[in-house]
Amino acid sequence: MASLTELANPARFMRLSSVLLPWLAGAAALLLAIGFYLVWFVAPSDYQQGETIKIMYIHVPAAWLALMFYSMMALSALGVLVWRHPLADVAQQAAAPIGACFALICLLTGSFWGKPMWGTYWVWDARLTSMLVLFLIYLGLIALRRAIDEPSRAGRAVAILTLVGCVNIPIIKFSVDWWSTLHQPASVLRLSGPTIHSSMLWPLVITAVGFTLLALALHCAAMQAEILRRRVRTLTIFEAERLDRLSLQAAQ
Amino acid sequence: MMDGLGPHAGFILAAYLAAAVILAGLATAILLDRRAQRRALAALEERGAGRRGGVSS
Repeated sequence: MASLTELANPARFMRLSSVLLPWLAGAAALLLAIGFYLVWFVAPSDYQQGETIKIMYIHVPAAWLALMFYSMMALSALGVLVWRHPLADVAQQAAAPIGACFALICLLTGSFWGKPMWGTYWVWDARLTSMLVLFLIYLGLIALRRAIDEPSRAGRAVAILTLVGCVNIPIIKFSVDWWSTLHQPASVLRLSGPTIHSSMLWPLVITAVGFTLLALALHCAAMQAEILRRRVRTLTIFEAERLDRLSLQAAQ
Repeated sequence: MMDGLGPHAGFILAAYLAAAVILAGLATAILLDRRAQRRALAALEERGAGRRGGVSS
């Protein structure tokens, strides 16, 4: 635990992430370029869905990342509540807008896919509704953070709400099994293996890894910005106290 | 390109456009925020507001 704490030191994180960030961004750009080349010029169209299958290559990774970032936030929430680690709070705060954006991309691309395939942009089925709830939870967490001025109190409140919201994650994952939904069941992450053909699976895996690296690069940059903001806040308070002391001395 | 996408080209392009706009907006917001914080920190340190070092929470 001591080495983990040492690794999670904000100053050390700033140094490590500065080295890591260009590699993450470069690998993300390369994989997304390869992935979308395969999607647009190599992968076949679907025998039922035609070319709309191209939407899958952004819709599915966006859904995975919306869930992954919430799971990361839940782990960070434990770090905040159990170990009161400042970097866990930074990680949690930086992850929320990124997760919200991927949840929004999932909802929008799903609507654009649903209209030609299902005949409707939206239906209140369990999968779609639980993903909308996830997006609203993300917005709620961002709003709660902004509503509380004192950062450590805000971090603890957000951590508790994040853990409460965790109940939605298995609901999203298993909604297509537990209820009769218009949304299709899982076809990639299944115990019995993927059911989609390798000519579509590989482009999906490559774009998914590319999006994941992009999201991690954005998370690193957002964590750097948050660490800097907290240092600015601390130094601003120190400066205000110093100026107060000087004005008191001048008055005496 | 539009012909090759079939009768639902508008939906496919709208999905890609929405994802690109959201991700570009997110990346721009994060990078601008980081630059603003770096500048604010540099200004504070230039005024001598720094302390012994380390990054506080």
